[in-house]
Amino acid sequence: MTSESTFIDIQNLVFLRGERRIFDGLSLQIPRGKVTAIMGPSGTGKTTLLKLIGGQLRPESGRITVDGICVHKLRRSALYDLRKRMGMLFQSGALFSDISTYENVAFPLRVHTKLPEDMIRDIVLMKLEAVGLRGARDLMPSELSGGMTRRVALARSIALDPELIMYDEPFTGQDPIAKGVLVEMISKLNRSMGLTSVLVSHDVPESLSICDYACIVSNGQVIGAGTPEELQDNPSERVQQFLQGKPDGPVPFHYPAEPIAEDLAGGAQR
Amino acid sequence: MRQRTMEIVVGAFVLAGCGALLFLALQVSGLTPQAAEPTYKVYANFNDVGGLAVRGQVSMAGVTIGRVTGIKLDPKTYQARVEMEINKSAEIIPTDSSAIIRTAGLLGEKYVDVSVGADQSYMKDGDTFYGTQSALNIERLISNFASGK
Amino acid sequence: MIDRLATIGRGTFDILASLGRSSEFLVRSLIAVPRPATGLPLLVKQIYAVGVLSLAIIVVSGLFIGMVLGLQGYNILTDYGSEQAIGQMVALTLVRELGPVVTALLFAGRAGSALTAEIGLMKATEQLSSMEMMGVDPLRRVIAPRFWAGFITMPLLAMIFSVVGIWGGMLVGVDWLGVFEGSYWANMQSSVDFGEDVLNGVIKSIVFGFVCTWIAVYQGYDSVPTSEGISSATTKTVVYSSLAVLGLDFILTAVMFGDI
Repeated sequence: MTSESTFIDIQNLVFLRGERRIFDGLSLQIPRGKVTAIMGPSGTGKTTLLKLIGGQLRPESGRITVDGICVHKLRRSALYDLRKRMGMLFQSGALFSDISTYENVAFPLRVHTKLPEDMIRDIVLMKLEAVGLRGARDLMPSELSGGMTRRVALARSIALDPELIMYDEPFTGQDPIAKGVLVEMISKLNRSMGLTSVLVSHDVPESLSICDYACIVSNGQVIGAGTPEELQDNPSERVQQFLQGKPDGPVPFHYPAEPIAEDLAGGAQR
Repeated sequence: MRQRTMEIVVGAFVLAGCGALLFLALQVSGLTPQAAEPTYKVYANFNDVGGLAVRGQVSMAGVTIGRVTGIKLDPKTYQARVEMEINKSAEIIPTDSSAIIRTAGLLGEKYVDVSVGADQSYMKDGDTFYGTQSALNIERLISNFASGK
Repeated sequence: MIDRLATIGRGTFDILASLGRSSEFLVRSLIAVPRPATGLPLLVKQIYAVGVLSLAIIVVSGLFIGMVLGLQGYNILTDYGSEQAIGQMVALTLVRELGPVVTALLFAGRAGSALTAEIGLMKATEQLSSMEMMGVDPLRRVIAPRFWAGFITMPLLAMIFSVVGIWGGMLVGVDWLGVFEGSYWANMQSSVDFGEDVLNGVIKSIVFGFVCTWIAVYQGYDSVPTSEGISSATTKTVVYSSLAVLGLDFILTAVMFGDI
């Protein structure tokens, strides 16, 4: 199954949180150099999946390989080396709140390279220019808006020119303009830097508009995968419910309960 | 710039802490830097040291000239043998001087007072006091007084 | 009955587990010493946050405690006509006990809770996760400098506390109540021993600094990343540190001054 074009390969992943099975035999391939969207309802562990790929969590069983390296079998130092080749954009941006925008973008460069100060400055300004925030370099993270925070975080995660970048819910809570900017930037970055992008989201139209390949995860398994066009034509009811946002369907509207008539009658008796 | 101010403030803070230690050492515990003044040892046998402690003062005419460095029981004479270190600068104790245990104030610390004799020669390292007077035991004094002895 | 036993058993295992986790955490952050070039500025920044910013509360509390000791000591000692021993009383109480202990309690409330909340918030806002994803060990970058800062700062603060307290005692005893200044210092110097009293007090504060910072950073690192989680972690920091300081103080006092 593993071929030249597969960058991340997930086989039979099982992950438990407490008693709950978050992933139950999930298998997924993410192609190199493409934008892959992983979609699914809230609470299906999409963020958990990114943390598993990044090696922050360990699976119960199964295999995750990134560029042929099995992530969860690595020693700490090797794992940290592997992570230098990955960038991750967190949902909240996760900028360091005690240092300025400029220093935030410079942080990975200062830690991992021994570049002279003027070179770091050039790189930081270039990355900030790429996200359109060169003018905001002296602001503190608390002075940035939500969309700007994410753009700075994006600049920080591409500072070391990674091969893989993972976006965790990049569109959530953004106004239409900010969403448009992010969509534009993600596809532009992917094309210009030739990196592999993994996008986790539940914003269907935005995700489908930029991804080359998408899959829908629900109840710990992949329920549908393919190019955006293939997904639109997917016969599965659950896939169609999710894509079209129908309130009721295979994923029920009601939380499991006894029939309402019984419940009301029972209340009256008491 | 800000980093630099912070460094200066932290430096001042560490210095203040070290200054505090120095103050505690010199002013509070009276540790003198030139504590290494040469000393010599003399001994005295008391019938009762009653409350004299190691590190107690040894004084002559009210001036501190040394410290008590050891107290132990002489198994032959059943007396207390007190070892004292006297400063070399006070090597002028006449051989017929006597050591007296006194109390500073009514309830204060016990100390050894050297009552100066009249001999021409002075005590040397390892010498023992010719005469001693033991601690004034208030309880015994009162009971003696009460029983009319 | 069986249920109750099971609860006790589970509770015991929970305690053991958290003790194990915190020990592993301690060892990992102790060996994770950053390179001097990057580590020193971080350490300076933390000493500033933990130590210099705690200085005000330490100095003010030390002054008041010294003054109270002077006043109370005078009232008691004057019954025995030995009010000149006030210096000795103030100094011994501060150097042996109140200096290290009260400093540690104030430190837990002022700096410990701040450390926990800061680290907890960094965790909640995914700053620690993002650091890990950048291939930087947060134990080395975030925890270790804070740990060492607390460790270095506590003895310094405790000594400053004692000195200010002794000065406060003199303010009340000598300037206000009229004890002769010479006997204030002379009595102090003849009874306070550098090795026995001052150094033992410093050792105490080093131990307290170690324990308080350990508890504070661990609680922050281990907190549930929600607002309730952080608030309960902060509370735990203050409660656990205070109890640990008082309990350890008894043990240390027994070993140092108890002739056992």
